Amino acid sequence: MKDIVLIVAAVILSLAAAGAIYRIAVGPSLLDRVLASDVLLAILGAALSIDMAVNRHLNNLVLLVALTLIGFVGSVTVARFVADRRGQVNDS
Amino acid sequence: MTPNATGVDAVIDAVTAVLLIAGALMSLGAAIGLLRFPDLMSRMHAATKPQVLGLFLVLAAIGLQMREWWVWPILAVAWIFQLLTVPVSAHMVGRAGYRTKHLHPELLSTDELEAVVLRAAGERAAEKAEEAGSDVPHSRNGGHTGGTTGNGGPSA
Amino acid sequence: MSRKRISFRTELPLLVWLVVVWGALWRDFSPGNLVFGALIAVVVARIFYLPPVELSGRFNLLRAIPFAVVFLGKVVAASFQVMYLAIFRGPSVTNAVVAVPLRSHSDLMVTATGHVISLIPGSLVVEVDRSTSTLYIHGLNVRNDSDTAKLRREVQDTEASLIRIMGTRAEVDALQAEGLSATRGASS
Repeated sequence: MKDIVLIVAAVILSLAAAGAIYRIAVGPSLLDRVLASDVLLAILGAALSIDMAVNRHLNNLVLLVALTLIGFVGSVTVARFVADRRGQVNDS
Repeated sequence: MTPNATGVDAVIDAVTAVLLIAGALMSLGAAIGLLRFPDLMSRMHAATKPQVLGLFLVLAAIGLQMREWWVWPILAVAWIFQLLTVPVSAHMVGRAGYRTKHLHPELLSTDELEAVVLRAAGERAAEKAEEAGSDVPHSRNGGHTGGTTGNGGPSA
Repeated sequence: MSRKRISFRTELPLLVWLVVVWGALWRDFSPGNLVFGALIAVVVARIFYLPPVELSGRFNLLRAIPFAVVFLGKVVAASFQVMYLAIFRGPSVTNAVVAVPLRSHSDLMVTATGHVISLIPGSLVVEVDRSTSTLYIHGLNVRNDSDTAKLRREVQDTEASLIRIMGTRAEVDALQAEGLSATRGASS
């Protein structure tokens, strides 16, 4: 049971990660890439949590919260600067 | 998970397995959305919503497996952080996307913001004409397009 | 920078939240740890001073619990809707940006509505106009005017239930007056 769950989840998450990485590589714009890396971070978080659930420990929990916050700060910062840069280009 | 579980353990393990797989599927759904949607805005929907539900399902699975009451507050805190941050970052990305014209107008049935932005741009151009010569630095203009402040309110 | 003294009452929810986070991160809810956490919370709230969140001072728990349940249901529905659209509609999905004027002008209410809106099916906040408290919503799979109207009503209903939970007295009264003057047949 444990092994089956782990294998199925691993396959699904790998496919998802591949999709996100493809979007990071192709993504026509910077914002698409930011979005895709946010999803990639969420997939990593899901993998950490699945490990915690299956093996019954909570070692990754703080890491999970930190990941969420880092992803948040990262995408907000990038979005902010993208908007700013474009604004100035339009102004000049 | 308990090896060779019986009775209650088996039921809990089965529920956990379903929750975990469903949570993983949510990530897959997000990735499919990222790949198949045509523009940034619809991809944003795909990136935010399944992420929140996926984390919820997986955290619920952890709570079921640990079987200790003090786990639930931690899991709730982790999820609430996600609830608070995901809409904000989606909003920031979406706003930047709209302003940098990442939208495909042919995919929109209506766009009620466009008129507002055009009017604001007109007003700003007029202000700029008045200000010309006074050399006022306006590095923060990008954040305040004609009265539309996009902080999403105060971030408490 | 004028520092308006904030009363302990308006600060209390923040402090309680900080203590809960503290206890959760330590995984220890013993009284000693919580007292120490409360001490740190007070110090942090004093040193890292933020503009006070203007709470209305009322919170209707009886309405909050059903709202939370409905909200959870909507989060689930949102994910499945996005997945369905991604798989079956894909590149040909039609969207819209819709302006939705809100009733309330308090920052907290606009923020809360925006957050909830971003998590329920098919809507995301693109832009906020604080001066008129208008939200510009990006709706997924909005093809015609009736979909637009549906999205707008959904947002305003969400705001209405949030006002009933934690709006100020005046906002609730305005909402009730509006409900009476509107058509009787509206089911809400």
